[in-house]
Amino acid sequence: MNAIELRQIQVHVQQKHILKGINMTVEEGDFVTLLGPSGCGKTTLLRTIAGLQKLNEGTVVISGNKVADGNLAYHLDPAKRGVSLVFQSYALWPHMTVFDNVAFGLQVRKQPKAEIRKSVMAALDKMRIPELADRYPGELSGGQQQRVAIARAIVTSPSILLLDEPLSNLDAKLRTEMRAELKRLHRELGTTIVYVTHDQHEAITLSTKVAVFFGGELVQADTPRVLYRHPRTLQVAEFMGSSDHPLNRVEGVCRTSGGVSTVSTALGSFRLAGMNGGADGAGAVVLTVRPEDVVLHENRTAGSIPVKVEDVLPAGGETLVRVAYGQEKLGARVIGDHDYAPGRMLYASFREERINLYDRETGRRLETGVTTITPILEEIQR
Amino acid sequence: MLHKPVLNTWQARWLNRCRDALRNPLYLIGAAALLFLAYTIVWPVLNLIWSTFVWKTQDARLTPAADPGHLTLYHWSRVLASDMSWSLFYKPVLNALAVGVTVSALSMVFGCGLAWLVTRTDVPLKKTITFLAIIPYLLPSWMLSQAWLTFFKNSKIGGTPGILQSVLHVTPPDWLAYGFVPIVLTLSIHDSVYFFLLVGAALSSMNSQLEEAAEMAGAGRMQVLRRIVFPLMLPSVLSGFILIFTKAVSSYGVPALLGTPVNFYMISTMLYSSMRSRLTTEANVLSLTLMLITMLAIYFNQRLLGGRRSYVTVTGKGSAVTHVPLGKWRLPAAVGTAAGMVLIAVVPFIVLLLQTFLLKDGSLSPDNFTLHYWTGGSDPDINTGEKGVLQNPIFLLALKNSMIIAGIASVTAAVIGLLFGYAVARGKNTAMGRLVDQLSFVPYFIPGISLAAIYITMFAKPVLFIPALYGTITIIILITVVKELPFTVKAGGAAMMQIGPELEEAAVLGGASWFTRFRRLLLPLSRKSLLSAFILVFIGAMKEMELIIMLVTPRTETLTTLTFYYVEKGYDQLTNVVLMIIIAIVVAVYALAVKFGKADLTKGLGGQ
Repeated sequence: MNAIELRQIQVHVQQKHILKGINMTVEEGDFVTLLGPSGCGKTTLLRTIAGLQKLNEGTVVISGNKVADGNLAYHLDPAKRGVSLVFQSYALWPHMTVFDNVAFGLQVRKQPKAEIRKSVMAALDKMRIPELADRYPGELSGGQQQRVAIARAIVTSPSILLLDEPLSNLDAKLRTEMRAELKRLHRELGTTIVYVTHDQHEAITLSTKVAVFFGGELVQADTPRVLYRHPRTLQVAEFMGSSDHPLNRVEGVCRTSGGVSTVSTALGSFRLAGMNGGADGAGAVVLTVRPEDVVLHENRTAGSIPVKVEDVLPAGGETLVRVAYGQEKLGARVIGDHDYAPGRMLYASFREERINLYDRETGRRLETGVTTITPILEEIQR
Repeated sequence: MLHKPVLNTWQARWLNRCRDALRNPLYLIGAAALLFLAYTIVWPVLNLIWSTFVWKTQDARLTPAADPGHLTLYHWSRVLASDMSWSLFYKPVLNALAVGVTVSALSMVFGCGLAWLVTRTDVPLKKTITFLAIIPYLLPSWMLSQAWLTFFKNSKIGGTPGILQSVLHVTPPDWLAYGFVPIVLTLSIHDSVYFFLLVGAALSSMNSQLEEAAEMAGAGRMQVLRRIVFPLMLPSVLSGFILIFTKAVSSYGVPALLGTPVNFYMISTMLYSSMRSRLTTEANVLSLTLMLITMLAIYFNQRLLGGRRSYVTVTGKGSAVTHVPLGKWRLPAAVGTAAGMVLIAVVPFIVLLLQTFLLKDGSLSPDNFTLHYWTGGSDPDINTGEKGVLQNPIFLLALKNSMIIAGIASVTAAVIGLLFGYAVARGKNTAMGRLVDQLSFVPYFIPGISLAAIYITMFAKPVLFIPALYGTITIIILITVVKELPFTVKAGGAAMMQIGPELEEAAVLGGASWFTRFRRLLLPLSRKSLLSAFILVFIGAMKEMELIIMLVTPRTETLTTLTFYYVEKGYDQLTNVVLMIIIAIVVAVYALAVKFGKADLTKGLGGQ
């Protein structure tokens, strides 16, 4: 059974069209990340699943039960959906102790005191903070508050745990630590987790599946690996890269003659194998390759192009080398500490299977039938 | 529960919408709030306006042209253009405007000066000065008038003359003893505290770096004041000016004590005497005039400020404030200010207290001291046999009434403020939330004495399921709650604003009903603001005068109206005894709140 099924979700918030027809399925036990820049609707979607936001159209099905139906204006109470939510601000009640914060939901459900105590302590144990039970949220550090917020969410053993940018208020070191904690928690609890973030690195580290949103639409939902290697649109491709290592993009024109498709760019021509020569192969295209898929050689090797070093940006364990081939600039991410003098000539080659090709007009990836993108050597060696 | 098969889609959708709306606390509270506001504010005001345009049965004795139930402009022309217009309308209006403007100007000078001294200079004794500045607020404004009379009363109105005449044998002239001058002075002293708190808050939140930046740019001290500080303070100064203007224009207690002996009438006192002489409709016209003046004042305030209101919160951060060194003026300034405060806050109090022990005014000889006015029995030679206050059943009744009224009204007002504030804060993007916000501000435009005038006619007879409330304590509680709405709803809304919606949503996910959320989250989290609202309403109700003076009947006598009764009879010592008791209660409640509730009155006042 699917944990969550979203069908044609449309949501307007204060006359603004926030979600525009979202279709998505989350399988039981998945760790799904909703990823996207701020304002893309990912938090709204999370709130719609939780029931805090009413939808205008579409349906939400949780564990086989329909919990919201826009057509009937039906919305099941958030508390009855079997979901828990960890808020971005944690939303810990400042006037209650950690124990009471965690116990609140159970107290409201009128469970016996002894049982509440047991469940609360178990939840605090799971988050490894049993010693904080009698403290107030104001006395805790950000990381500890985070743990309390999660403990409060898991104490009712929800079938689905929703997390809204839970790590965004933590410093870098704590964030890494909490990521590991979340992964452990997911393993131990086996709960389905839906996680909202705008940090693509976090999404890739944590999830079994990443859903990327832009402007209220779901653009791509895939495993982190597929998403990273083959982003469906240029927008996703740009977003998945880090700002330190911007994506290399080269514009070109695709032509098909005699059943063979070729892309000519400023870096030379590339042959598209398996391209069926259809209309989608023709026209203006953009070729992308990530900096780590650009390999630099000191000596000429097969399939490489001569480039001139412009800039070297060491970052400890790796180095970003910026090179130029004529007017075209490229970034190459090289493991280790390399020091090349600016102006020096090197040879660059690309990991063929990592090159992606996009339609310049629509920004969509051309995937129909393209199996490999091979540089045409003769052209490059000119 | 979900779409039963017998229902079609449209029906199911409609049913679900209704169910959601009925279970949404926001709609329920909002709807209840709107009903309450419509009945206690909108309807009465419309009623009042209507009443000035129709003939009444009792008008038949004024003119044969009266045609009960039909429309007429008779009342308006009688008030505005007849041989009695000058004394009934124009003179009181002019007097009120003159008093309003003068009091605001004087308070501005006192209040701003004090605020600057306390927040921006290195004057010592800041805490003492601030504390002393709050005292006049705790005292009823007419206590100062009473003290004034004790000093400056001359033989004109009979009874024992004031200290000046009996001790120094100087007869104070009428202009000094009664009328414009003392009214303006006592009101200014009392109202400066609002200025002090409003401007003080703005000054202390203004970043010194703004001034320093101007100094760096080469501006001199005066230029910095004129071009940086003053424009930044303008919004708070203007707000303070309007606040005090509206308060002064509609004040009743002070002009009643100091104005009536020399026939110096303001709108409020004329309104009261018109009501007393059964000129109800004329009184209504006066009410509308008073409301119009208040509205115009606020309208001009908004116009002048335009979009600049946001200056009040210059920065939210408590940034470093550099204090202006006063040099050799440091000590004199502190001592002078403190002494001045003592003179206006403490001395009158002591004089009045002392007077309660004097058998005859003005004589300090040992055999003149007595406890008669506190505990004595009936003595036909003194005050025509009126008993000492603590022996007097009327006093005990008034004390009980006052405590009940202030107690119930303050709790109700604070809770209603919180509930309405919830509707305002959570519904700030809905038409309903805005309507609740705006309607609950309307009582601000209605001077207390006008509101009372409206309520008398409105609650004189039973309407629907609401019985005739006139003559009950309920109506006094109700009017107090309604009159305080502008303040309590603002305070409640601000408190609710500070509680992030996600704190509540977290509880929703936990399965808590709205009542549970209110009881376990909203109430404890807004405790401080609730307590401040409670204290302010309680203190206000304890010293309330203009709002209830027309509504009380012998059965619902309160401490304040009792003092007025004694004043009218000329029983000075008895008046002062009751006054002392009112002050004792107010101060005790305030002290308890500060000690146990950590309430901060100075913060609460700023929001008023």
